[in-house]
Amino acid sequence: MIELDLALQRGEFSLELALASPARALALFGPSGCGKTSTLLAIAGLLQPRHGRIAINDHVLFDSRAGVDVATARRGLGVVFQDARLFPHLAVRENLRYGMPRGTTAQAFDDVVQLLQLPALLKRKPGQLSGGQIRRVAIGRALLRQPRALLLDEPLANLHREARVEVLEHLRGLKREFEQTTILVTHQPDEVMALADQVARIEDGRLTALEDVRTFMASAGIPVRARAAPIASKSG
Amino acid sequence: MDVLTPAETVALALSFKVSLVGVACSLPVAIGCAWLLARKRFYGKPLFEGLLLLPLILPPVVTGYILLIVFGHHGAIGRWLDAAGLSIAFRWTGAALAAAVMAFPLLVVALRNAFESVDRRLENAAATLGAGAWRIFFSVTLPLSMRGLVAGLALAFARAFGEFGATITFVSSIPGQTRTLPIALYELISTPGGEGGALRLTLVAGIVALLAGVIAALMLLRGGTRRTEVEA
Repeated sequence: MIELDLALQRGEFSLELALASPARALALFGPSGCGKTSTLLAIAGLLQPRHGRIAINDHVLFDSRAGVDVATARRGLGVVFQDARLFPHLAVRENLRYGMPRGTTAQAFDDVVQLLQLPALLKRKPGQLSGGQIRRVAIGRALLRQPRALLLDEPLANLHREARVEVLEHLRGLKREFEQTTILVTHQPDEVMALADQVARIEDGRLTALEDVRTFMASAGIPVRARAAPIASKSG
Repeated sequence: MDVLTPAETVALALSFKVSLVGVACSLPVAIGCAWLLARKRFYGKPLFEGLLLLPLILPPVVTGYILLIVFGHHGAIGRWLDAAGLSIAFRWTGAALAAAVMAFPLLVVALRNAFESVDRRLENAAATLGAGAWRIFFSVTLPLSMRGLVAGLALAFARAFGEFGATITFVSSIPGQTRTLPIALYELISTPGGEGGALRLTLVAGIVALLAGVIAALMLLRGGTRRTEVEA
């Protein structure tokens, strides 16, 4: 269960959002600048709401009334930033291991590395990777944190066509393999179709609808069978 | 034939020892102060920064005199150090303290620039991966500031190596104890017939300063203070 009730101010922009979603994968969908990323950063603890409550699977991360504000490092979330934020001085292996809890088995590490097809990249530095490879490493790093929820901020943004297809296929694979609560920020309907179970439509800092993916697709004029089809390619 | 006389060699070795120890002692404090300046907002920050830069601005003799007042045999701290058998006045450790104080602002300035050049989004990413403040600093901020750190160390070492005014005021000129290369050079200039030795020590001081300058330039040119941008 994803419970969000937050009020947040960033300069002139004000965000006020309240929703409770039982979905395993929730998409925050809306145009650029509507407050999706701010919501994600607030969930991660990188922006502090003026007031409100954030809880994921009954773990309260922020509750202004109860005086709860769990530090970012202790929220137990795996965040994949739009700009990946791999540590440029560390090889892929060290990037992947950075957030691994103590006691993580070599098998668990290998499973993620294999799933994301990273074995050949482990010794490389981020500067030697392509855009798609960088995203895959960032996803792997967040997964190896063994998070209570995965936060994906436009994971396919700024990727060329092939990289977009490549990363999306891996994300679909992860959705199948892991029972992972996921919050996805996107403004692309095809990403919602491929990865989400429920959609929170946000406009100008306000929730305008909370709907399941079928309703979302119908309102977007997309046939339901298109959900199973390969994603439409986007570039830029 | 030896290039330097035994006395000149002693002065040179002492200068290296004093500079290395001085800079090493300055480093942890400089790192802490530079991090505060780069990452924190607090009341009185300009005053704090001004105080840190004082040794760079004050006449060195004034700095040396302040050290003498505080750490001399009758000084507030010096008296206590004497009682504990840790006297530093008129000893090489005092010269190292003077070198540390004089080199300190250069280290702070270089490190502050280096820390500010590290993209804070990387530090935020480390926090989401469970890293606390210390781990973020030692695993992300400091490694990404390494070029700026090395440049700062080179400049600080050169400043400590060339230190004269504060040292001679605080610990005088005792051969083998406090007579560092610049002080030995001053003594040679003041002594009839010392021109040859003065020229030799000038040459050595010039080479050390040039090497430090080249190291600093290489580090800074190759990205010492370049902003660390995250990958796309």
